[in-house]
Amino acid sequence: MTTTQDEAQIVVNPWLARTAVIEAIRPEIEAVATFRLKFTDSLLAEQYRFRPGQFNMLYVPGCGESAISLSGSPTLNGHHLVHTIRFVGRVTEAISNLRVGDRVGVRGPFGSAWPIDCCKGRDVIIIAGGIGLAPLRPAIYSFMENRSDFGRIVLLYGARSPELLLYADELDSWRAGGIEVQLTVDQADDSWQGAVGVVPLILDRLAGLKPDQTEVMMCGPEVMMHYCAQSAMKRNIPKRSIGLSIERNMQCAVGLCGHCQLGSVFVCRQGPVFRYDAIESLLRVRDF
Amino acid sequence: MIGDVYFLERSKLQAVLDELAGAEYELIGPRVDQEAIVYDRIERVEDLPQGWTDEQSPGHYRLKRSEDEALFSYVIGPHSWKKYLFPPLVNVMSSRREADGWTMKDELIEPKRFALIGVRACELAAIAVQDRVFNSDAYVDPVYAKRRENLFIVAVNCTQAAATCFCTSMGTGPRCSSGFDLALTELPEGFVVEVGSSAGQELVRGLGLGQATELNLQVAESRRQIAVTQITRKLDTDGLRDKLLSRLEHPQWDNVAERCLSCANCTMVCPTCFCSSVDDVTDLTNDEVVRQRRWDSCFNFDFSHISGGPVRYQTRSRYRQWLTHKLATWIDQFGTSGCVGCGRCITWCPVGIDMTQEVAAICSDVERS
Repeated sequence: MTTTQDEAQIVVNPWLARTAVIEAIRPEIEAVATFRLKFTDSLLAEQYRFRPGQFNMLYVPGCGESAISLSGSPTLNGHHLVHTIRFVGRVTEAISNLRVGDRVGVRGPFGSAWPIDCCKGRDVIIIAGGIGLAPLRPAIYSFMENRSDFGRIVLLYGARSPELLLYADELDSWRAGGIEVQLTVDQADDSWQGAVGVVPLILDRLAGLKPDQTEVMMCGPEVMMHYCAQSAMKRNIPKRSIGLSIERNMQCAVGLCGHCQLGSVFVCRQGPVFRYDAIESLLRVRDF
Repeated sequence: MIGDVYFLERSKLQAVLDELAGAEYELIGPRVDQEAIVYDRIERVEDLPQGWTDEQSPGHYRLKRSEDEALFSYVIGPHSWKKYLFPPLVNVMSSRREADGWTMKDELIEPKRFALIGVRACELAAIAVQDRVFNSDAYVDPVYAKRRENLFIVAVNCTQAAATCFCTSMGTGPRCSSGFDLALTELPEGFVVEVGSSAGQELVRGLGLGQATELNLQVAESRRQIAVTQITRKLDTDGLRDKLLSRLEHPQWDNVAERCLSCANCTMVCPTCFCSSVDDVTDLTNDEVVRQRRWDSCFNFDFSHISGGPVRYQTRSRYRQWLTHKLATWIDQFGTSGCVGCGRCITWCPVGIDMTQEVAAICSDVERS
């Protein structure tokens, strides 16, 4: 009898991480690698699903947690728990020391997703800066999987230098899958044949743009996204058709801890993917 | 019945405490500690701060002997009841290193049942605010929800106010109107007891209390009125949300940032502030790890830290975040202001920053956009 009562009172513990084992590690660019994980609980491994743009909290015991976007395929079995991680802080540096077979904790998925369904029958401009390509890759996979559902799809991707272009060896398969890929770097080397300069400049010059039929998705440094939004609007793309993913400190990921607030928004819940017109005024205020 | 009013002789207050203790509540009430009135475990009426009152102003708090031997003739101290519903430190999960790697488990435990003795009107309002934050959405905080579910509240109406009080501006007091099981108004010879719930009714029935007399009610009302007239501090809440959010670059933010120490005292004493962080605590071998949630504050430098550094790297932006959240964006998030007008942030600010004055300075220039 007591047991029944206790069971009825169980409330989900939002801070409880579940163990996952590292199945593969793929070095990408400098200080960035992609980890493929699998939940040790086979039922959880079977049932886990996410939508492009969402994130997990990855946990290294003794070190802490970090919010990391999902960067694998949302539909390919065994490839749901894929994270491309830049080793930049305490937790991610601890992750960089882990090996295949080691375990981490995972909570998720959390947050909002890229509006893939809204893109059906429309053109899409995907804009990424640096590591910002990682949370967009699941969207790219989704587009390629049902390529005929969408119009023209363009990826505008910028990095500081050619050797810092993420997923460089995949770009050809994306081109083959019907994605126009345009690259730019801040600083070229002798071998670089592509554009030089910041991402908004290639958006300014993008030919054949149909503003009424276009959705924009962007992720990268806030300053890049700001100027890309300005450029898109200059080219008559409406604000409501511009989506962006932003970064804030996350601890609980369920709107209880307060860290990720941006004005009245909890980025972990209403975000990280927003419509530009929903947060434009907030992004304009310096260090708000 | 709910709304019935009884009279409790002072000599019978211990019986109320005993009844609650007998029903397996842990009693929490006011007591004097380190020259302040704090909330802590109590067992007997003698534990209460009989004959003590407090004197408060910006950056100032002193305990003083009161003119009478009343038990509740103080206003409020640095503690709020949130420490029992939203504990300052709580274990949430743990990990253990085993042969094939880490295993992880839930650490949330069945909390004690608390009976809170001496909850003021502004504090009832603060609990109602935190109910919305932690306990009324798709994401419920199980730590809070469990503690809240088993709570018994004995409220006490204020019969005096501090210079820092402004509950009348926030519409939260000084009269306790709902959210309690019993509400007391202290008279020299005892208490007028208002019943606010069936649990409260049951407790009163067990004690065999008589109805309050007309005279009891008149005296109680006149004593409550003293608190109303003593509250002189004001916060103009008319259109406050829009005024603050349209003045995010007002020069007063720089002015207050020159005085603010970013010490986080205001957020620690605030009965509604809810920010927290989770830290790992390990044993010496690093094989046993507990994750502990602790109170955090938007005034801490690394609170907003992201890969490029803290978003709010200046005191100006952190004070602005606290004030605009408390009084403006909180309304968007939870349908209520985050401020209940208790004045703790004013009293316990080490440099005496008075948020009502800061708001007045920011909002006075109505033409500004």
